[in-house]
Amino acid sequence: MTFQLFLQHLVNGISLGSLYALIAIGYTMVYGILRLINFAHGDIIMLATYIVFFGILIFSLPWWLAFIISIILTTIIGVTVERAAYRPLRNAPRISILISAIGVSFLIENLSLVIFGGRAKSFYQPHIFTKIINFGGVSLMSLTFIIPVTAGILLYCLTYLVNHTKTGMAMRATARDFETARLMGIDINAIISLTFAIGSALAAVGGIMWGLRYPQIHPFIGIMPGLKCFIAAVVGGIGNIPGAMLGGFILGLGEIMLVALLPTLTGYRDAFAFILLIIILLVRPTGILGEKIAEKV
Amino acid sequence: MFKRFSLIAMAVVLMAALALAGCGQKEAQKTTEESDVIKIGVYEPMTGASAAGGQMTVEGIELANEMYPEVLGKKIQLVIVDNKTDKTEAANAVARLIEKDKVSVIIGSYGSSLSMSGGQVAKDAGVPVVGCSPTNPLVTLDNDYYFRVCFIDPFQGKVMAKYAYETLKAKTAAIIMDISNDYSVGLSNFFKKAFIEYTGDEKSIVAEMNYKTGDQDFTAQLTTIKELKPDVVFAPGNYGESALLIKQARELGIDSKFLGGDTWEAPEFIEIGGDAVEGVAFSTHYTEEAPVTEVSEEFLNAYKNKYGGKEANAFAALGFDAYLVARDAIERAGSADPKAIRDALSQTKDFKGATGIITLDENGDANKSAVIKKVEGGKFVFVSVVEPE
Repeated sequence: MTFQLFLQHLVNGISLGSLYALIAIGYTMVYGILRLINFAHGDIIMLATYIVFFGILIFSLPWWLAFIISIILTTIIGVTVERAAYRPLRNAPRISILISAIGVSFLIENLSLVIFGGRAKSFYQPHIFTKIINFGGVSLMSLTFIIPVTAGILLYCLTYLVNHTKTGMAMRATARDFETARLMGIDINAIISLTFAIGSALAAVGGIMWGLRYPQIHPFIGIMPGLKCFIAAVVGGIGNIPGAMLGGFILGLGEIMLVALLPTLTGYRDAFAFILLIIILLVRPTGILGEKIAEKV
Repeated sequence: MFKRFSLIAMAVVLMAALALAGCGQKEAQKTTEESDVIKIGVYEPMTGASAAGGQMTVEGIELANEMYPEVLGKKIQLVIVDNKTDKTEAANAVARLIEKDKVSVIIGSYGSSLSMSGGQVAKDAGVPVVGCSPTNPLVTLDNDYYFRVCFIDPFQGKVMAKYAYETLKAKTAAIIMDISNDYSVGLSNFFKKAFIEYTGDEKSIVAEMNYKTGDQDFTAQLTTIKELKPDVVFAPGNYGESALLIKQARELGIDSKFLGGDTWEAPEFIEIGGDAVEGVAFSTHYTEEAPVTEVSEEFLNAYKNKYGGKEANAFAALGFDAYLVARDAIERAGSADPKAIRDALSQTKDFKGATGIITLDENGDANKSAVIKKVEGGKFVFVSVVEPE
């Protein structure tokens, strides 16, 4: 393998990895505060792409406005899902909320199938995102820069929010212990709604980037990214925001290198993610950057 | 207050979903009570990776049913089941059509993998199936109950290899196939064999790369191919994955010509692929430009009337033909008994369909000409017709 070829593979891996990272951050945010794996995250991603699609197709909005509206509507949907499906179960055993999340996921997928139809649609790609840049034989799409930069900015903002603001402190308190936080005068419902709002907005950004990179959308588009980014979040240490980034990159680079170096194992590409998950769970259950959490008694 | 509201909202959504699901069921129930109809089952992918292909086929079947709604003095009733582009669902769909709906004959499916998993169930139950567009030879091999109205992949692969060698003057080729898709694997192998024969060079296939249905990132496979600079890349597969694949190839700076098979003939292929798929060529079953029989004209006119504005496509035409062949067999069998229909089907000879004259050989396959089309100016453009040998 020539160095140039290796560089191209590396760029491909970073491109895919940063996309995984972007989506994994959403999972980790919600889990970090609520200890809830929001299985509907992938489907929220799918909805975000459809909102852009219809915004541009039916209302002929300029793409940037469609993106903004998609982020806003997706945020509203995310918060509504939390109110309708998770909040009533706040005091129920954790497994009930998990089942509710899976139910919401199926509901969104199948309603979308009825409303949008099963045929794939193409996602609009503004030229600015798909411009091709050539660096001595290594081809890059401008999106390859935009995605990691976006992920980086969001990562910075989120870490700042969580670690250096009052709201962030309230979030950390809520994550530690609902009841005590409530007794300390924190409006935990507002904090949880805010968490879901941020998580869904992240899902929308992730979905839009996914659509720009792989411009084919259908009602089940969110399942695989959803699953893989969940794995990325766990590998990095679920609940830990930089960890989600790291997990995303490991997964993306790993997949590309598996196909590049061992082409005969291409069929095991998805299995790679799951094997990685199993290994991490066996060796370091809290993930690479996850802290050892003492079980609450 | 809000809690109650959200509960009500959930209940409304759930009820709406149940009501929608219920519609289909009620219809099915009504039909089991009537006995003066002959039922033809249809299992096609209406959702999932092959949704466009399945839906186009069903358009053709429904059109044929509207034009020829009766046989043996009884009404023909279509029972359409979505196999969701899933092998397990396909087998279940066939089992359901046979056991619950008691159909006399089945039409389907788009997709060779789906047809093979459905075919085993139909064979065991002794109900004949007329395939529309599954082109893998294994679909009908060792299955006396499976027939099809399209050509098969050894021919299609050879047609594309010949096109690559003679028209495009290609000396080297790379192959990217969907290993979870029997159609893609089979077609790739036949292309490989024929291309090596034409070039007389064992090393003319410079690379064989794989992916799986549902994959969206093909950059790793394509980067390897880019390094080898083949003249053509043969990449048959679902239209969605193929369009993404070609798009990514262009982004990586691969300028080889891309070739594929009949699955590419879906409007989505061009919508998703955009400028990237300009110039790609593929083999398919039928073209509007060269109607082959008087039935072709009849089909084209009827299709334009019913689906005004949409261009007629090969899959609708094959669905149309599969229905007519099945109906013809029922007529010749003189009964709705599956076994009798099977025997009549195996005798199908010189049947005039929209896609050509159909004679089913000892395997149950139709021996027909192929059409080569390419994408030009965002449209499928007819290139040539290739006759079988």
